[in-house]
Amino acid sequence: MLQFLLRRLLYMVPTLLAISIVAFVIIQLPPGDFLTTMVAAMAAQDEDMDQAAMAALEEQYGLGQPVHIQYLKWMQGIVTRGDFGDSFGWNKPVSELVWGRLALTFVLSLASLLFVWVVAFPIGIYSAVKQYSIGDYFATFIGFLGLATPNFLLALILMYIAFKFFNQSVGGLFSPEYQEAPWTWGRVADLFAHLWVPVVIIGTAGTASLIRIMRANLLDELRKPYVVTARAKGLPEWRLLFKYPVRVALNPFVSTVGWVLPTLVSGAAIVSIVLSLPTTGPLLIRALLQQDMYLAASFIMLLSILTVIGTLVSDLLLAWLDPRIRME
Amino acid sequence: MAVTDAKTLPPETVSPGAAETEIESSVSVASQWQLMWWKFRKHRMAMAGGVVTLIIYAIAIFVEFLSPSSPGVIRADYTWAPPQRLHFLRQTEEGMRWDPYVNGYKVEIDPEALKRTFVIDEEQIVDIGFFVRGEPYKMWGLWESDLHLVGSTDAEVPVYFLGADRMGRDLLSSMIYGTRVSMSIGLLGVFLSFFLGILLGGISGFYGGTTDNLIQRIIEFIRSIPTIPLWMGLAAALPTDWPPLRIYFGITIILSFIGWTGLARVVRGRFLSLRTEDFVMAARLDGASELTTIWRHMVPSFFSHIIASLTLSIPGMILAETSLSFLGLGLRRPVVSWGVLLQEAQNIRSVATAPWLLIPGLAVLVAVLALNFLGDGLRDAADPYNR
Amino acid sequence: MESPVLIEIKNLKTHFFLDEGTVQAVNGVDFTIHQHKTLCVVGESGCGKSVTARSILQIVDQPGRIVEGEILYHRPFRLSAAGNGEWTSGETGANGNSTTEIIDLAALDPRGREIRAIRGQDISMIFQEPMTSLSPIHTVGNQITEAIKLHTDMLDDEADEHAVELLRRVGIPRPEERLGTYPFELSGGMRQRVMIAMALSCNPALLIADEPTTAVDVTTQAQILELLEELQDEYGMAIMLITHDLGVVAEMADDVVVMYLGQVAERGDVDSIFHDPKHPYTQSLLKSIPRLGVSRNRQRLDSIRGMVPDPYNRPSGCMFGPRCDHFMPGRCDAISPPAIPLGPGREVHCLLYEDE
Ligand SMILES: Nc1ncnc2c1ncn2[C@@H]1O[C@H](COP(=O)(O)OP(=O)(O)OP(=O)(O)O)[C@@H](O)[C@H]1O
Ligand code: SF4
Ligand SMILES: [Mg+2]
Repeated sequence: MLQFLLRRLLYMVPTLLAISIVAFVIIQLPPGDFLTTMVAAMAAQDEDMDQAAMAALEEQYGLGQPVHIQYLKWMQGIVTRGDFGDSFGWNKPVSELVWGRLALTFVLSLASLLFVWVVAFPIGIYSAVKQYSIGDYFATFIGFLGLATPNFLLALILMYIAFKFFNQSVGGLFSPEYQEAPWTWGRVADLFAHLWVPVVIIGTAGTASLIRIMRANLLDELRKPYVVTARAKGLPEWRLLFKYPVRVALNPFVSTVGWVLPTLVSGAAIVSIVLSLPTTGPLLIRALLQQDMYLAASFIMLLSILTVIGTLVSDLLLAWLDPRIRME
Repeated sequence: MAVTDAKTLPPETVSPGAAETEIESSVSVASQWQLMWWKFRKHRMAMAGGVVTLIIYAIAIFVEFLSPSSPGVIRADYTWAPPQRLHFLRQTEEGMRWDPYVNGYKVEIDPEALKRTFVIDEEQIVDIGFFVRGEPYKMWGLWESDLHLVGSTDAEVPVYFLGADRMGRDLLSSMIYGTRVSMSIGLLGVFLSFFLGILLGGISGFYGGTTDNLIQRIIEFIRSIPTIPLWMGLAAALPTDWPPLRIYFGITIILSFIGWTGLARVVRGRFLSLRTEDFVMAARLDGASELTTIWRHMVPSFFSHIIASLTLSIPGMILAETSLSFLGLGLRRPVVSWGVLLQEAQNIRSVATAPWLLIPGLAVLVAVLALNFLGDGLRDAADPYNR
Repeated sequence: MESPVLIEIKNLKTHFFLDEGTVQAVNGVDFTIHQHKTLCVVGESGCGKSVTARSILQIVDQPGRIVEGEILYHRPFRLSAAGNGEWTSGETGANGNSTTEIIDLAALDPRGREIRAIRGQDISMIFQEPMTSLSPIHTVGNQITEAIKLHTDMLDDEADEHAVELLRRVGIPRPEERLGTYPFELSGGMRQRVMIAMALSCNPALLIADEPTTAVDVTTQAQILELLEELQDEYGMAIMLITHDLGVVAEMADDVVVMYLGQVAERGDVDSIFHDPKHPYTQSLLKSIPRLGVSRNRQRLDSIRGMVPDPYNRPSGCMFGPRCDHFMPGRCDAISPPAIPLGPGREVHCLLYEDE
């Protein structure tokens, strides 16, 4: 198991490297370099930048030097000082902006993942065991509908309904009194009271596809001879179901975390924008529209890393569950 | 395998049951395609999905003629005009008579907010005609015309079957034009992805070894990062001063740049399994010639799988484009897609005043559902040997 | 000397209800299994052997169902009630006045408590594919002790001990270590031994073995059959052995049932079937073996001319008609041959013997 863990960690290194390169490419993509954009932005606000400051920045980012030097300088800042560069949109170091938002994104994605699991697992089992029943057809139909609805549309519709019929706003993650308050238990409770709306919205598509996956896997497993063996031993039907086919079908289910997570993080980004949640989404889009590239790229990079770590955790979980993988 | 022994005996040894066996074998070998078609036809949702898909693509082709107006026509004096219901029959002294019309608008001023709103005025009647002359357009960019399937008989008075947006543009026309853009981006994106997938999946399968490994790693990598932020990052890099058509292609390329991985996997997997399929062996043993074997068994199975995967990839593309445009990072007017239209609905105030702005979402829903059902049916039919 | 009856199957019909039509997989089967004896069931692929076997345990796959007939289980008493005790010899001493209770398995609810108490305890089963018939993600020990814990009141470590004992008995080296291994770490032969250990864990009165040696190589096959014979001597259970291999039949069987398209063609003791086959189908089966006795080279049954008709287009009259050399037009395609008794426990379904 330890060996497995080490190998997986080693595999992560090139992935992380590739992510950082992609993020850097995104920084480089817009025309003009960071400094000119910054100067232009400051000029627009009637501010001037003195020559010394400009020179310092030029030095810090390695502007004017070859691209790979710039990349290395950026990476060096991140690895040694936790410095992701500056956001000129906010006039602050990126690192001051990202962590709080990222933490909330993490909470939101994790909650959505749990939601997806808790809902999809029993419904998937039900659908498979009662194949072609009314309930199965219903679940299948809702599943397809959930897959076909872009989650921002769902968010809009919910917002409209809440606004129109309940005269309520469903946006945000906190009530006004907790908006800027420091973390207390009250604030945590308030967060959870608000969390379920985005969680349901973000989770719908994932739930739909996981139900289909669980159903298909379980149907496959139910046909396997080992189920008959177990039945021939005299096990009661429900115990048999949970000990064998459900347990075996759980493995691909767990491994799907690997690809559900990126969709959930994606969904969290876009839903947060619609519902104006204090997560990465709204800040990311603003940064992109303003071409505040260090901020945007840092977000993209950190979200990707978060996802890759999530995938790693699901792999480990899978190895723990499945002896065939563990002993490979 | 012992199971098949009896069935592979030379046919001349069959005596009394011969007639029966011959019929049976002609049914089972003759037409893979037919088998698939039968199987597909049984799948009712898939049939419905197929029909709806065809209708949607037909709409996409005849956009100019089908829409009552053009999406670019701005009428500032019809801001957020609500949808007008089409009545086919008109009440006259002699009873109901076939004479399509809609009711006109009257303006009400909200005394508190000092806002102008349009309400339907039952008194006013706007005549609706079929094959009417209206807004001029260039059909497929080829020839000029001003014939519209349906519209107001008086070119001066606009009609809004699905309401108007902030600038008084007709939502129905915009949606019909959006069909062309959204559906074609889906199709084009999938073909680009497919091309990339075939290329890289093929290379992967052909060279094997390190190359295969490397490409597989790249695929895994791309799949492991959250797509929307990455799309956003790439799309934001498209220069704002590009002409619409170039943006359109730029977005398509960005979408397929990330979307090819799934198809590459399918292609590679299919190519690899093709050679070892049991039924190919069985067909050889049956004495069928190599070519017939390939045509009857391998080609249908391969293509139907690929077509099913392609169909199932289109919805993802459509949804992605919709999301990007909705965020303002994708297409922009004058190009209209469903996502561009939904952008109007981005803030809750507009949706509250003009809920019909959400209708393009319904179009997305229907298109994606139809394609998913169709693709599901195709995939099932692609495996005529599995139950 | 007849040994007492254990299972008596009367006019069993098990059908599958598919969209395409009804498959009459088992369509009126009668035979008897005696205590401590081995019954071999032979027949071409698809003739309903497995479905018959599964019907006994009521584990027929969906959409299959027993639609008619009786499966009478003459349940002997155990010396100890704990499940792993010896069976009494039942009726051997007494005549007629039996010490057994009779249960109609076909009438039990497939999900009910009674049939579940019989499965794995009174009657157990081993399957053709030892790889897929064992759960890939549970240890061998877990899977063996499961039935023990279910049917007896042994504690965990007692059950483990018993499992080690069983594994040793079926010839698995270092059994203590094997409890913690997974099936994919074992060879095919070892897995089948694990299956056998599992099936014997509650000392059943009947062991059903559905082609237990098809998936293993020839040497292993011989070892496993030998093992089954030894175990039968030791534990005294009856065996219902399904096979394609007439050599195996000759070696193992006390009684033989020859099946064709869901029906019994002929049944009787092994000597009469081999030396005096009556049914044209049995005759051609035996002819298809070049030399009897040198049968270790896995002769197949399927080499009779013609094909098995497909399950939806069953011929009228005698099922074997289209392939029969003695086909009598006007009779064989009109009348479904009834069971014609030829002696104790011996029957043939063929119109040739109607007048005798
Ligand atoms: N789950 C099922 N669904 C539908 N039909 C089935 C099912 N299981 C068996 N059958 C049908 O029942 C018939 C008898 O099958 P069975 O498995 O008993 O054959 P068999 O004699 O055991 O053959 P083999 O030697 O190949 O194991 C077959 O024709 C098959 O079509
Ligand atoms: S009944 Fe007729 S067809 Fe059937 S086996 Fe006997 S002789 Fe042959
Ligand atoms: Mg069988």
